[in-house]
Amino acid sequence: MSDAVHKKTLAQLVAGLRAKEFSSVELTRLFIERIEASQPKLNAFISITKEQAMAAAEAADRDLAAARGGALTGVPIAHKDLFCTAGVRTTCGSRMLDNFVSPYDATVVAKLKAAGVVSLGKTNMDEFAMGSSNETSYFGPVRNPWNPELVPGGSSGGSAAAVAARLTPLATATDTGGSIRQPAALCGVTGLKPTYGRVSRYGMVAFASSLDQGGTITATAEDAALVMREMAGFDPNDSTSVDQPVPDYVASLGTPLTGLKIGLLKEFFDKGLDPENERRIREALAIYEKLGAQLREVSLPNLPLSVPAYYVVAPAECSSNLARFDGVRFGHRCKDPRDLMDLYKRSRGEGFGAEVKRRIMTGTYVLSAGYYDAYYLKAQKVRQLITADFSRAFGEVDVLMGPTTPTAAFAIGAKTSDPITMYLNDIYTIGANLAGLPAMSIPCGFAQGLPVGLQIVGPHFSEAKLLNVAHVYQRETDWHTRVPERYS
Amino acid sequence: MTSSEWETVIGLEIHAQLATNSKIFSGSAIAYGAPPNAQANLVDLGYPGVLPVLNAEAVRMAVKFGLAIGAKISPQSVFARKNYFYPDLPKGYQISQYELPIVARGSIDIVLDDGSLKRVGVTRAHLEEDAGKSLHEGLPGVSGIDLNRAGTPLVEIVSEPDMRSAKEAVAYMKKVHTLVRYLEICDGNMQEGSFRCDANVSVRRKGAEKFGTRAEIKNLNSFRFVEKAINYEVERQIDLIESGGKVVQETRLYDPDKGETRSMRSKEEANDYRYFPDPDLLPVVLDEAFIAGIRATLPELPDQKAARFASQYGLSAYDAGVLTASRELGAYYEEVARQVSGEPKLAANWVMGELAAALNKDGLEIDSGKLPAERLAGLLKRIVDKTISGKIAKEVFEAMWASGATADAIIEEKGLKQITDSSAIERAIEDVMAKNPGQLADYRSGKDKLFGFFVGQVMKATGGKANPAQLNELLKKKLAG
Repeated sequence: MSDAVHKKTLAQLVAGLRAKEFSSVELTRLFIERIEASQPKLNAFISITKEQAMAAAEAADRDLAAARGGALTGVPIAHKDLFCTAGVRTTCGSRMLDNFVSPYDATVVAKLKAAGVVSLGKTNMDEFAMGSSNETSYFGPVRNPWNPELVPGGSSGGSAAAVAARLTPLATATDTGGSIRQPAALCGVTGLKPTYGRVSRYGMVAFASSLDQGGTITATAEDAALVMREMAGFDPNDSTSVDQPVPDYVASLGTPLTGLKIGLLKEFFDKGLDPENERRIREALAIYEKLGAQLREVSLPNLPLSVPAYYVVAPAECSSNLARFDGVRFGHRCKDPRDLMDLYKRSRGEGFGAEVKRRIMTGTYVLSAGYYDAYYLKAQKVRQLITADFSRAFGEVDVLMGPTTPTAAFAIGAKTSDPITMYLNDIYTIGANLAGLPAMSIPCGFAQGLPVGLQIVGPHFSEAKLLNVAHVYQRETDWHTRVPERYS
Repeated sequence: MTSSEWETVIGLEIHAQLATNSKIFSGSAIAYGAPPNAQANLVDLGYPGVLPVLNAEAVRMAVKFGLAIGAKISPQSVFARKNYFYPDLPKGYQISQYELPIVARGSIDIVLDDGSLKRVGVTRAHLEEDAGKSLHEGLPGVSGIDLNRAGTPLVEIVSEPDMRSAKEAVAYMKKVHTLVRYLEICDGNMQEGSFRCDANVSVRRKGAEKFGTRAEIKNLNSFRFVEKAINYEVERQIDLIESGGKVVQETRLYDPDKGETRSMRSKEEANDYRYFPDPDLLPVVLDEAFIAGIRATLPELPDQKAARFASQYGLSAYDAGVLTASRELGAYYEEVARQVSGEPKLAANWVMGELAAALNKDGLEIDSGKLPAERLAGLLKRIVDKTISGKIAKEVFEAMWASGATADAIIEEKGLKQITDSSAIERAIEDVMAKNPGQLADYRSGKDKLFGFFVGQVMKATGGKANPAQLNELLKKKLAG
């Protein structure tokens, strides 16, 4: 096995496995070793399931030898630790679920298992996906592979760091307000948040049900297309998943971009955007122009309200979703509770971290009698306005583009003291969640040696188009092939 | 009890468990009496990551109810989360409907004691899931949680504060009970908790416009308890006000052993439920065709059936109401009336009289099979064709009830066939006259009252079998001399 195998794309690994250039056992061993070696520095994983992975790889090799199995047979994967995995603990980055072993597989996990993937383990994340830096994890922060002093972004920081450091070719992730795209941008990898309802939420521990959406972190758009083809689709167990056929995301890759109308999100090129990041975005847009696309500025006047609207809706839903963690049936239970109230208070008090508590309290407040109309209802109205803004924009352009984040990765600890500064890191990503739109972040260069992400947002169910737009760009550039020196 | 210057105001919230095969948001069975937690899957347990999926059958049943009370069916209804912590509430919230219930305003008619009709408004009816149960018995020092009931589909039927006495409340509750069983959307089993209610009770001085402060009595699961609890509560509130106190808004529990209600929690301690639309469930959108399809499945409803009984069988409104109290009773009556043609009133009297009393005594239901309709009809036919008198028929009925034999077999075996042979009756009369010369003389000298004595004596002599009408006629003639 050549030394560069870990740098192969998922598509290349699938081909290599089929061509018997290497076995799944070899691949799995390679990536497990890389994970283990990286752990002290990066802390990208909460659980490494070496034994199960090796057994699954052996089974995959048998399938490959017999020319059976699925589209991804033998390919290693890591799951964000809020996808329930039967028999493997699912912590959500929380002390609350430190001991929780799910009795069932999330639909995404089951679908990918059916496609043949070999799970290496569970990736670190902000506690219950609440955070933009991976610093709220009970299992310690994840570090950015490009510079260990910096955050990888969050909440899918473990998944993004793992793919960036090529500890796995593929990781699942979830995005409630930017949790796939923001860490993908900060780590220099490709992140796809599908349309709300495109991927089943069954078995994804809920943070904010109307916003949560599972997706992928990969090195390339082509890889994301390969995975999406397997994990998307209607799930009878999720009433909010949409019963619509899953297109062949791979087949449409490579379609020329001639005549593609790209809208530049005016509101995103604001004073908060770091000038060097802006230059990288403008350079990427120039490449799109060169590829035949037309650029025009588009304004979404209500978009600046997305952060306040989000920080009402998401905490409201979270305050209710996290009520089930009460120490009664699963998860953390305090020692020797005196009575029921003591059991509730101490189990939850001990089990949840500060950011989760902050959001539960915020959410409880905005839903309270007398405040509901002023906060929750108003936020829902803002949400409708933002959705309408997007619909109007997609009447004029095919996709919207802009930065994924205002700046490149920041230092660990830099924003932990002020939650508002931290929340503003999601200012460019939240809109797509509020409107339920598919969106991607792809690497488009470096600012002071750190990756910069270009965000692409499309109309509902336009994943095939987004993936193609990203793929054609990646054929012209090599940012997505860059790996931090330490991990190359 | 209640002083006459007070008026009672009652509204009921009835919870009817829907007779679906599975839970409202999961595939678990809902059979009664399973071992604790045997019917609780991951969704019912509120496991991390699980999601609710709405049971379409529960929706159909709720719509059926709405149509039966002439309510508007909401084209779009929304499930909401009612948030509170309790060990038998696994998710920390109950999925219910709040702002947009599936059934909007409708009404239900009840018959009052004086025979007049009263219309009770139904504010709304909505779908929701039941909670589990906390178990304390036999578990010293700890509490057990049984989540079999968690997620059981309920339709909560909320009335307007239209009832003015415990009796009216019971009549309304019985009517709803009848209706849900007619519709076959609820088994109506009150002992198992399939049909229960909360009563909102307040009092005000007669003529007052504003309602008094109400207390909510929770979880009443028998008609008797509803009546007793309301009457107790009314008296309590009046006493309280008359002695200078004030009724506080609170939740109360009825203790059937002590026959009293007691405070559970006050409004101040009440939860702020923080209702908001459940983001895991889509709004329930129902189109006209769907609603029309359900309308087509509606059976003949109790009021329609009662009206038909009154006109078709010439029954009083009261009798028609009693005989349509359940679908099974109505069917039984109609079968008896059909077989004993031309005598619907006789059939009604027997079904509501002897039969109802016997069933009641043995704690049996009309469809128990103890006395099939054709058996009772067999007895009534013998009354109609004068084989036996109505009085003898009661004796035959008792024997039928005890042995299960047909009326004819019993009449034959016991020789109860009525004597209609005039000469035989005449002979018996002459015999009695001969044996009672003193009474005969008194009668003939003007003591008319002694006629009854002679009837009794002849009946005694004939073992009660003499045809009463014939006996009367012949006796009059003979006594006159």
